[in-house]
Amino acid sequence: MLDAVVSGLQLVATLDLRLWQVVGLSLAVSVSAVALASLVGLPLGAAIAVGRFPGRQGVIVLLNALMGLPPVVVGLVIYLLLSRAGPLGAFGLLFTPRAMVLAQTVLVLPIIAALARQAVEDAWREYEEQLRSLGVDGLRAALTLLWDIRFSLLTAVLAGLGRASAEVGAVMIVGGNIDGVTRVMTTTIALETSKGDLPLALGLGIVLIAIVLVVNAAAHGVKEAAQRRSG
Amino acid sequence: MNGILPLRLEDVSFAAGGRTIIEPLNLTLEAGASTIVLGANGAGKSVLMRLMHGLVAPDTGRVLWSRPDVRRRQAMVFQRPVMLRRSALANVLYALEAARVPPQERGRRAREALAEVGLAHVAARPARVLSGGEQQRLALARAWALHPEVLFLDEPTANLDPGATREIEAVIKAFDVSGTKIVMSTHNLGQARRLGDEVIFLHQGRVVERAPVEVFFKQPASAEAAAFIKGELPWT
Repeated sequence: MLDAVVSGLQLVATLDLRLWQVVGLSLAVSVSAVALASLVGLPLGAAIAVGRFPGRQGVIVLLNALMGLPPVVVGLVIYLLLSRAGPLGAFGLLFTPRAMVLAQTVLVLPIIAALARQAVEDAWREYEEQLRSLGVDGLRAALTLLWDIRFSLLTAVLAGLGRASAEVGAVMIVGGNIDGVTRVMTTTIALETSKGDLPLALGLGIVLIAIVLVVNAAAHGVKEAAQRRSG
Repeated sequence: MNGILPLRLEDVSFAAGGRTIIEPLNLTLEAGASTIVLGANGAGKSVLMRLMHGLVAPDTGRVLWSRPDVRRRQAMVFQRPVMLRRSALANVLYALEAARVPPQERGRRAREALAEVGLAHVAARPARVLSGGEQQRLALARAWALHPEVLFLDEPTANLDPGATREIEAVIKAFDVSGTKIVMSTHNLGQARRLGDEVIFLHQGRVVERAPVEVFFKQPASAEAAAFIKGELPWT
């Protein structure tokens, strides 16, 4: 066990090219997915928070439930959509990084939208009378609130990034874990573990955790500094 | 001048959670005189202000202005101002944009408003780091920039110390002088005397009395008003 940790760290320290390619693709896929999911999920969450429409409670329950979507199920559904015979088969996306981005976007979207919905709804309680008095409601109110609680929404985005970078099931199914093309950190860890190459698996595990830690620390620092400045 | 006043409330009532908060009432507010809404906690002052401002819809009856499209001709200042996470100036600009004031006018009007309430020197500061009194003055600046015909104020100085209260009152006076109709609820009887021309006294959701300020304080016509004045005076 200790040997494996040591050689894992050695692999990381020697900047093994193969390893860093895998890390790079992982980050590119997950960050793209979170960016896309934020672009849709933040306004969607805000609209549900501010809007009043029939079936709203049902939508909220559904959205919260979708936060627990199993990655393999998302992967399977996207696989079916993108496979040759599927409705989106003509685009030839299956087993490409784009397919992985799509799958992770679907996986992460409910998390970002649901957390944004809750945060915006709490803010709306405080702002509603003031904004309505100024003649602001609907979409405009939703956008105003999103911008005003931007620091709190960072948490929702980070939760999405955590989920995307940690999942293995969806990218495994739609990406196919093809060496040099669609192999990412989590699928490599799964593969190397089953092959018995524990040092590489562990090395990647350490890198994965380190990246998540650094990203969260940086985000926390930015949030604290910004909040101190603008109250 | 074809303004939005008079404002007429016809058989307006409001209930929440099975409890009647405003009994059916009829009320007309004319332009000019400053109106003070007085009453104990729970008398329905805040709800009445919100009914008039259009923030809550009455359960029965109608709230009638003399012209349609009144949203942009009235403003309200709340007990606790809500400021957006941006600069003081940007908060005023936001209100002007929401009121669809042409972009080329916004900057001038916002700066004028900040100067009027004595906040020109903090225009660039984030609104949320201003003191409570400054934030309330900023709320008044936001209203001032809109040039409203009617300004509703719901206990605007309830959370402020005497110094800040004096500054707020000076701005409210300036609104009055500039021709804006003031409708203000307050607990503070001294403030009612300083700023008001007439008093509407609410008790348990009913308008018990309406009288010119001096008459109301010298010879309250109802037992409830007399008791209220007596009970409140030591703290004014």
